[in-house]
Amino acid sequence: MRHHQRPPLSPEAAAVLSASGLSRRTLMRGLLAGGAFVAAGGALAACGTAPAKKSQAKACTATDISATDKKLVFSNWPLYIDVDDNDAKKRPSLDEFTAKTGIAVTYQEDINDNTEFFGKIRNQLQACQDIGRDVIVMTDWMAAKLVDLGWLQKIDSTKMPNFTKNLLPTLQHRPWDKDMQYAAPWQSGLTGLAYNGHVTKEIRTVDELLTRPDLKGKVAVLTEMRDTMGLLLQSMGKNPLDFTEADFDAALEKLKKAVSDGQIRKFTGNDYKEDLAKGDLAACFAWSGDIIQLQSKDDQIKFVAPESGLMLWSDNMLVPSTATHKANAEQLMDHYYDPKVAAEVAAYVNYICPVAGAREAMKDISPDLVDNQLIFPDEATLAKTKGFKALSEADSRKYEQKFQTVAGA
Amino acid sequence: MSALGHLGTGSVASATPSDQPVAGGRRRRWVPYVLLLPGILWLLLFFAIPCLELLATSLYDPSGSLETGYAMTWHFANYSDAVREYAGHFGRSIGYAALTTLITLLIGYPLAYAIALKGGRWKNLMLVGVIAPFFTSFLIRTLAWKVILSDDGPVVSTLNALHVPLPDGRLLATGPAVIAGLVYNFLPFMVLPLYASLEKLDPRLLEAAGDLYARPVSRFFRVALPLSMPGVVAGTLLTFIPAAGDYINAQLLGTTRQYMIGNVIESKFLKVGDYPGAAALSFALMAAILVLVLVYVRRAGTEEVL
Repeated sequence: MRHHQRPPLSPEAAAVLSASGLSRRTLMRGLLAGGAFVAAGGALAACGTAPAKKSQAKACTATDISATDKKLVFSNWPLYIDVDDNDAKKRPSLDEFTAKTGIAVTYQEDINDNTEFFGKIRNQLQACQDIGRDVIVMTDWMAAKLVDLGWLQKIDSTKMPNFTKNLLPTLQHRPWDKDMQYAAPWQSGLTGLAYNGHVTKEIRTVDELLTRPDLKGKVAVLTEMRDTMGLLLQSMGKNPLDFTEADFDAALEKLKKAVSDGQIRKFTGNDYKEDLAKGDLAACFAWSGDIIQLQSKDDQIKFVAPESGLMLWSDNMLVPSTATHKANAEQLMDHYYDPKVAAEVAAYVNYICPVAGAREAMKDISPDLVDNQLIFPDEATLAKTKGFKALSEADSRKYEQKFQTVAGA
Repeated sequence: MSALGHLGTGSVASATPSDQPVAGGRRRRWVPYVLLLPGILWLLLFFAIPCLELLATSLYDPSGSLETGYAMTWHFANYSDAVREYAGHFGRSIGYAALTTLITLLIGYPLAYAIALKGGRWKNLMLVGVIAPFFTSFLIRTLAWKVILSDDGPVVSTLNALHVPLPDGRLLATGPAVIAGLVYNFLPFMVLPLYASLEKLDPRLLEAAGDLYARPVSRFFRVALPLSMPGVVAGTLLTFIPAAGDYINAQLLGTTRQYMIGNVIESKFLKVGDYPGAAALSFALMAAILVLVLVYVRRAGTEEVL
């Protein structure tokens, strides 16, 4: 704007301006900036998030349109279902389901990480919006969190005869799903120890892993707090399903010492697999399914069930509150509790099959897997396994924070 | 900001002559803003608003949770807590990023100089060589370093054969490995701006310096280097800023003792679920980088870069 076009200032305003040494332009700028600041502050003050109330979530529950809409969207982890030997796009157990029920399944392999997936669906579920999925698969602790937040629908087990009949007893009445209303385990697995026989001699206990001098700098534990601390708690004779904060602190102290001594090289997720296979890691905390896969290439990679006890975890099929095909989802879950179908999946994915009777069915499919303790563990092995106690969000954060401090972040 | 300012003054200047027809002047004055509109909207939607939300989150009551909701309590102590507790991680991030920037500059400058001034007809091929690794994903490139630096990999066995002492007898899972990964991953960000500014360098200026009896060394330090300063500043910024926030290299190539502030932010957001603390750390990191960059640009004295 050109100077002479401006309306003249009042004498008072001109006096103020000249006295303060401000030009009109700087004054305007100041006012604008101040206004922006106040507006931003106001916007900030209006922020905050509402609690995820269970009652409110119930109102969110979508109407079930299964009866009229024979469809289903199923989100799972990659490489976690059987595929046809000749055509990787065909999934025999799903095709069977569609043939039997007429329900068309959209199968998506879009879950790579519990927390990452949670981040993806969190805002929508909080706002009662459809996430476009009817069945999702989440690990125990995340499933427990979703139950707590009220973001899941209750499943009607009276419509699921296979599920009620065949769910393994060890997986029934878990602390976060006592009445089996929310979750149907998809696959389970063990957390134990593993070592590379090319690099080191046999390892039997958690203590050996954390203290043996020849393993210094060649040991890894898992970034999953529940897996690592669960094994540690058991190695100290405590029960991960029922421990006190003092027990946790004592176990953490043991881990901390191993970290500061340089015994532990790193905290890993799935990436310990390559390091263990190469021998950069001599021994580590490991998941059973990974080790079966490594063993198929190198029989010197061994899984060890420590005497003190193992962790048993599951990935669970869940129905989100905004899913619109709950009845279809129940049919799908029940389908996978048919021992024959379960055996087909187990033969492909190599994790622990949560379905009783699948071992018998496996005799026809893949007889060499029938005696694999990491797919069909016997009673003695299962008796040594424990879950991790259900933690409230506040407790979970407290323990995670303590654990992460030792894990370096 | 300054881009807006430049355009603004430009349009005012063009509108000032009094013989200009009013309608034309007015239209012209709006053209730059219309052209800027998509960019500004983008910035507003995907930078300004998320930043404001992050700022808000950083001031929430830290005792809140998703279950109970978060209340806005202007809890500024989130910042002091975060910075006090993770000062070591902050220091390491800045240190690693600075060292990375220095090494990439030392490697990248001669490389860019050679390509721009001595490349001849191989110039384009050499540039493709610099960018080619970018055709594979960041993660794959970093994982490749795990193989190279592995305990019985080629580098460690060569160093062992030469009796070079290694801390803990290994390279992988050490500080040098993290810096190696950072240098490798950010090198092109240094080389390309350097190349762009050296490419514009008129070789006749160097000839003239030679004619005036400047020795090659002083010819470089008094002619080539000052003229390529915009490239140096742009390259160091493009390297330093993302390197300070990086956490993949520390996670894959380091141990818990090499973790940087990015690792803490990641674990607080995704594993611990301490959103206010994570947001405070993110904002503190942004502020720290902004201050460092401003000081640096002031001292380097190249306003045309920013």
